[in-house]
Amino acid sequence: MPTAKIPPVLRPSTGGEKEVEVSGASVGEALHALAGAHPATQEQLFGSDGALNRYVNVYLNDEDVRVLDGLDTSVKDSDTLVILPAMAGGV
Amino acid sequence: MASGAELIRRAKEQITEVDPKEVHDLPDDRNGTVVVDVREQQEFEQSHIPGAKHVPRGHLESRIEGAAKADSHVILYCASGNRSALAAKTLQEELGYEDVSSMTGGITLWKDRGYDVEVPRALTAEQRERYSRHLLVPEIGIEGQLKLLDAKVLLLGAGGLGAPTALYLAAAGVGTIGIVDDDVVDLSNLQRQVIHTNDRIGEPKVDSAQTAINDINPDVDVVKHQTRLDASNIMEIIEGYDIIVDGVDNFPTRYLLNDASVRLQIPVVSASILGFDGQLAVFAPYDGPCYRCLYPTPPPAELAPSCGANGVLGALPGVMGVLQAIEVVKLVTGSGEPLIGRLLLYEALGTTFTNLKVRRDPDCPICSRPPEDIPEDEMGVFEDYEAFCAAAG
Repeated sequence: MPTAKIPPVLRPSTGGEKEVEVSGASVGEALHALAGAHPATQEQLFGSDGALNRYVNVYLNDEDVRVLDGLDTSVKDSDTLVILPAMAGGV
Repeated sequence: MASGAELIRRAKEQITEVDPKEVHDLPDDRNGTVVVDVREQQEFEQSHIPGAKHVPRGHLESRIEGAAKADSHVILYCASGNRSALAAKTLQEELGYEDVSSMTGGITLWKDRGYDVEVPRALTAEQRERYSRHLLVPEIGIEGQLKLLDAKVLLLGAGGLGAPTALYLAAAGVGTIGIVDDDVVDLSNLQRQVIHTNDRIGEPKVDSAQTAINDINPDVDVVKHQTRLDASNIMEIIEGYDIIVDGVDNFPTRYLLNDASVRLQIPVVSASILGFDGQLAVFAPYDGPCYRCLYPTPPPAELAPSCGANGVLGALPGVMGVLQAIEVVKLVTGSGEPLIGRLLLYEALGTTFTNLKVRRDPDCPICSRPPEDIPEDEMGVFEDYEAFCAAAG
């Protein structure tokens, strides 16, 4: 199954997991599988219209899915999805 | 046993000599001819033939290939034509250079003829010693070091990220380091902000940083901006710097900085950290994406824990800040491939580095427009985020 890498700010919603295996043939299916397994991620990833929130970037391996086919981009078992909300931390 | 004079006389018989006029009359591009000065460093630094390469005779065998290939047309010169004759013989007989000659009379005759010489900028003896390990790296060398000494780099914050960046840029000889910080050193800073010390607790961070920087390298001119960056002062503060190093802890300032830096076309080396995770990118206006291309809108407060105090492994900003310092040196010296159009993620617990591609957004509200079309009153503008953070506590 494809692997989703979970950013630090979403880890409280995945029980602390940094990587979660997600089933699905497309980016959208895989992210919905993630939200199904970890419901707290649903509204962090998706707006009420079902589209990916604009402040969340999703990469299929190293490419932004927005320059591919968005949520319809097909995924293979060996693929990695990187979920990346903006981060502004300095200390 | 032949005398030295005899040896030189014989060498001159075995090689080709050319008159300075021949070198002088070469076209500007010298038509592929490589002119090499074989004198010592100090002699070369005083003056040399414009465009000449420098390979001291003592390093001839080991360094000539970097200056001229064996099949190129090479003309060597020295002060008077003796050392260059011996060097030409070595190249011809020992190293198989096919077309090498020595200029008669050396640079002395050249100058007597009234031909131009180039007087290069040079490092002092103390600087040559201090930066010797840079000078030995071909990607930096003396030209790169001079660029570093001329560079003006602005650090936003002398905190966890700014501390290591400032120390390494100071050590590298960046000539001007500006620091924007309105804070004072606190005991809880010392777990990671390695530029500050116990005995400077309570001092303004810009003062503490200046002390540390000049303790390492008195060459560095530190410009202190003891203030917070905001819309009213940003243009005035950042203008004139070559590169900005960003490690600010909040989205409003990041957007403001992005917009102003695109307008002034100043590249930003940006890092952010949280817990055990770090991100790094270089935003070079119009060469690559800007911060808004990557993050068009900030996340809601609950997904932006940077609004408040959060934990971080002390060495993590060390790693990210040093990576920023390296990107700065690359940009200044023009070496390597800076992290433009890419985002580097570092996850310290798993020790993984991930490189992601970042594209320019053709609809970017800022960098899709020419710089002069970005009005000041639109810079940093988006929904009222500070109120959002305040509401989130």
